[in-house]
Amino acid sequence: MIEVKNLHKAFGKGAKRVAAVDGVSFSARDGEITGLLGPNGAGKTTTLRCLYTLMQPDSGQVLVDGIDAAVDPVAVRRRLGVLPDARGLYKRLTARENIDYFARLHGIETQTMHARREALADALEMRDILERRTEGFSQGQRVKTAIARALVHDPKNVILDEPTNGLDVMSTRAMRSFLKSMKAEGRCVLFSSHIMQEVAALCDRIVVIARGRVVADESPDALRAQTGEANLEDAFVKLIGTDEGLAA
Amino acid sequence: MNSAITVFLKEVRENLRDKRTVINTLVTGPLMAPLIFVLLINTLVTRELNKAEAPLPLPVAGAQYAPNLIAALKQNNVDIKDAPADPERAVREQDADVVLRIDADFAKAWDKGEPAQVEMIYDASQQDARGQVARLHKLLDAYGQRTGALRLLARGLSPSILKPLALADRDQSTPQSRSGMMFAMLPYFFILGGFIGGMALAIDTTAGERERQSLEPLLANPVPRWKILTGKLGATTAFAIVTVLLSILAFAAVGQFLPTEKIGMTLTLGPRFVAATLFVMLPLAALLGSLQTLVAAFAKSYREAQTYLSLLMLVPIVPTLLLSILPIKTQLWMYAVPLMGQQVTILRLMRGDPVPESALLLCFACTAVAALLAALVTAKIYHSERLAISA
Repeated sequence: MIEVKNLHKAFGKGAKRVAAVDGVSFSARDGEITGLLGPNGAGKTTTLRCLYTLMQPDSGQVLVDGIDAAVDPVAVRRRLGVLPDARGLYKRLTARENIDYFARLHGIETQTMHARREALADALEMRDILERRTEGFSQGQRVKTAIARALVHDPKNVILDEPTNGLDVMSTRAMRSFLKSMKAEGRCVLFSSHIMQEVAALCDRIVVIARGRVVADESPDALRAQTGEANLEDAFVKLIGTDEGLAA
Repeated sequence: MNSAITVFLKEVRENLRDKRTVINTLVTGPLMAPLIFVLLINTLVTRELNKAEAPLPLPVAGAQYAPNLIAALKQNNVDIKDAPADPERAVREQDADVVLRIDADFAKAWDKGEPAQVEMIYDASQQDARGQVARLHKLLDAYGQRTGALRLLARGLSPSILKPLALADRDQSTPQSRSGMMFAMLPYFFILGGFIGGMALAIDTTAGERERQSLEPLLANPVPRWKILTGKLGATTAFAIVTVLLSILAFAAVGQFLPTEKIGMTLTLGPRFVAATLFVMLPLAALLGSLQTLVAAFAKSYREAQTYLSLLMLVPIVPTLLLSILPIKTQLWMYAVPLMGQQVTILRLMRGDPVPESALLLCFACTAVAALLAALVTAKIYHSERLAISA
């Protein structure tokens, strides 16, 4: 369960001050997939960065399973599995070593770590690349490794920043079914995207963000009903008031 | 503390897999200094030996005016040659180190007992010619004094009239202290070793990690940032220390084979030298590691970090230059200044001068405090928000 209450975050000083996140509130429930939808530069990444405590919000509150991120950031990070926008791997380490490194940083027992890693390798179909150094990995192989290392500690809450970015059709399909399987396991899945079909196909709940504000927080059907548009893309354009930044 | 060790082990393992960096830090770096020194010393020794024993080639203009002088020079292993047409120009263009010109009126003045003119044409700014010039000067002086003494005797006077002072040189330098002056830059090589050893990791673990976009996922782990920093600093320092240790050992080994005794110098490079040098270099490696990490964390990109670190590399030269140019007497406070303390300690150890245990401890403690301060400042930078954000 992730709750965000009236989040504010601005960058720069004086006249150049830009409010990247300007009063964002929403919650993402367990056993649901919540989509953070918005054009480029809407404040999605900044919001997510505040969630996994990389940034400190200027004001507002972030609660993960009831724990305040400002009070105990380490406990919050322990309950989160994060695939950030930046997903660089250590190219001189193998995929397995990359995953084990994060597992150890989470303080997981060696036996649990083995079991978790093997389960993820099967679920993500990456057994063949496990012992290879990540240098020269394809985009899909890299994302798989990054997801495996983000989930190796079996987190209840999963945050993914544009997880299908740069993936081909097959990898995207695999990613979507993986997100669904996480939902089936009862996890709270929160991901950001600017791709309409993806959000429509996956989400139980859509939070639309534009210019740092939440402009809608509904189920896909409710969203269509609210805007009176049958097509979700048209509904989206109507909500954010422009089609700027929609080109994927 | 467990997670700091995890970070440390991962950084070490990753760095060891980078063969080029490993060769640079653990082989080339430590061997560079001794090799340069062997070359330098060998050239120097061979040159000194050649200069002293080999015949002195001397172009002479007007040799026919002073056959006695020429004969005396020839007896003293001087190889008389024909002078070039323009002696001044020949010297300026380094065709000759020194040219002797004998005045046409030499014989006339000599016979009258008046000072007879000879000119030595040389260029004092030519390092290479100094030995030859000094040697010729000495020979001419000796010849003049001998002749003067003979003339006095011929007039029934004692030659000692011309020597109211009995001057004798009593040089107090020992072979060790002479070699110390020659080796004044050696400490810089050790410090440089530590610098090179830590550099790759300092950049890789901060600016590099951010540029490769792996810092943000790393910081999303439930580990306080200072623990991550501790592991990274530890890895950087470990590589710096290993490089320094290898430099010292390589130098101590190579030092045994340097033909320094041929020019009357000896180096003290025994176990005490190795142990004490390593002792004072330990905190310095940590200080350099922290400073490098600090600078690299501050830089916006890998390239920027490299530029800053190259500039930082020049800082250790300052005490080296100061101490080799200015003949400052070693004082206790010097041991307390990081870099200078190491410089003074290593120099004195090499010369065989005593370094009290208290001075070693002072040097260690002060540098360690400085290292700790640098680490704290780095930790502060590490907690800043913009550190993790790549572009």
